[in-house]
Amino acid sequence: MFDKYIVVEDSLRASDPEHRNLAVDVRMPYYRGLGLSMVEGVDLVVDGTPVPPTATTFTVHGRTYDMTDLPGVLDDRWEMGEPAEIGFTLDRPLTSGPHEVTASVRLRISYMPVPGGGRDTKTLVLA
Amino acid sequence: MSSAQSEVLGAIRRGVSLYSYQEEFFLRTMSLEDCIAHVSSIGATGVEVIPEQSLVGYPDITDAQVEQWHGWMSRYGTTTSATDLFLDTKRVAGRWLTHDEQVASFRADIDLAVRLGAPVIRAIINTPPEVMRDAAPYARDAGVRLLLEVHAPFHYEHPWILEHLEVMHAEGGVALGLMPDMGTFVERFPRVVSDRAIRDGARKDLVDYIVKLYDDHGDTHALMDIVHYRGGGPVEMGLARQATHFIYRDPEELLPHMPLIGHIQAKFYEMVDDSSEYSIPYDRIVPVLEKGGFNGFLSSEYEGNRHIQDAFPVDSREQVRRQHAMFSALLGETDDHTRTA
Repeated sequence: MFDKYIVVEDSLRASDPEHRNLAVDVRMPYYRGLGLSMVEGVDLVVDGTPVPPTATTFTVHGRTYDMTDLPGVLDDRWEMGEPAEIGFTLDRPLTSGPHEVTASVRLRISYMPVPGGGRDTKTLVLA
Repeated sequence: MSSAQSEVLGAIRRGVSLYSYQEEFFLRTMSLEDCIAHVSSIGATGVEVIPEQSLVGYPDITDAQVEQWHGWMSRYGTTTSATDLFLDTKRVAGRWLTHDEQVASFRADIDLAVRLGAPVIRAIINTPPEVMRDAAPYARDAGVRLLLEVHAPFHYEHPWILEHLEVMHAEGGVALGLMPDMGTFVERFPRVVSDRAIRDGARKDLVDYIVKLYDDHGDTHALMDIVHYRGGGPVEMGLARQATHFIYRDPEELLPHMPLIGHIQAKFYEMVDDSSEYSIPYDRIVPVLEKGGFNGFLSSEYEGNRHIQDAFPVDSREQVRRQHAMFSALLGETDDHTRTA
């Protein structure tokens, strides 16, 4: 329902001069907040190459989790519309310029018999 | 007339669920206070809130947040008409919440409703009847009523609802009841939904087939199969699935259940002007509610944003205002607060 808003515009950035440690902001395609234990994952694909979940982190309101630890987090939440910072590390540096970023948010919504979530692809420019 | 007078006269009151402003609230172009102010600006007096949507930090809502909420209710001349609860049965990975955990989840949401001043609570449709039964005494002691949403494709003769009705009648309907969603009275297929499918690349012939079958109130049970036989892809299948999740029932079916009905979710997809919703015949629904003596809130639930946001600007305020202009006229209000300034 909010798929087109998942990847936040202009949010791709690097935290090191080599451009191997990067981050992008992602919102949850849902009309309410959700406990992190129900966020099964946020999968990133950068320029057609999937980023392994083990190489990504998830940060909301200043708290950082390994992506693969989210299913066990019962005391924190991803609020409606709140940009989560997805940190990720690549084997090779990402060049400055435009990159195609796809984020798939996988949610476990109790009243739905099928997996919830959504997917969005945007072209973001790395400074 | 004021809301206090309406209560005395037993009239239907107008309200809005803040769900209606989800597009703007998500994008931070409307704050929580902006949403409440808009409800007030159109002469509505009831604010329905989904705490998990509107209140940061759920379930640990602070006293300061609650105080701020009541401050807004007082400033804008509104009251909390309802809170909407969810039941996250799949909260813990790999297992289902136990019955006791589900009842505990209800109790926490009852406590929050009381703090926010809500007289009724929307219980989500996936709530098992036995959870309603075992949460009822706690709700009764707290002075609030748990209302099961009756949401399409469910209806009042559906086996799942019949099981719930049995529990409600056994309880006496004091702490338990129903919250009908007007999405069970979708007489005509919402064009915002079929137009979106076309924009997403759906085949026109299959879209026309789906819409016509729905509008003829034909049997949609095998619609996904038929669309598949005709070579439909994911977009056409998605539209077919939606058609099986809208239903049209005679609004008069509400009448036998009126003693249990404590609140109405006035779902809508597209107000075409100040007097009609494209799909849902409110001009026939409101008289049924009046005939049944309903005196709770008719609470707007705008859900069109998701179908138009790909191509058009979303203006939830204008859509809600139009619905209230329609309600105001249907309810025979004389001092009209719903006209645009």
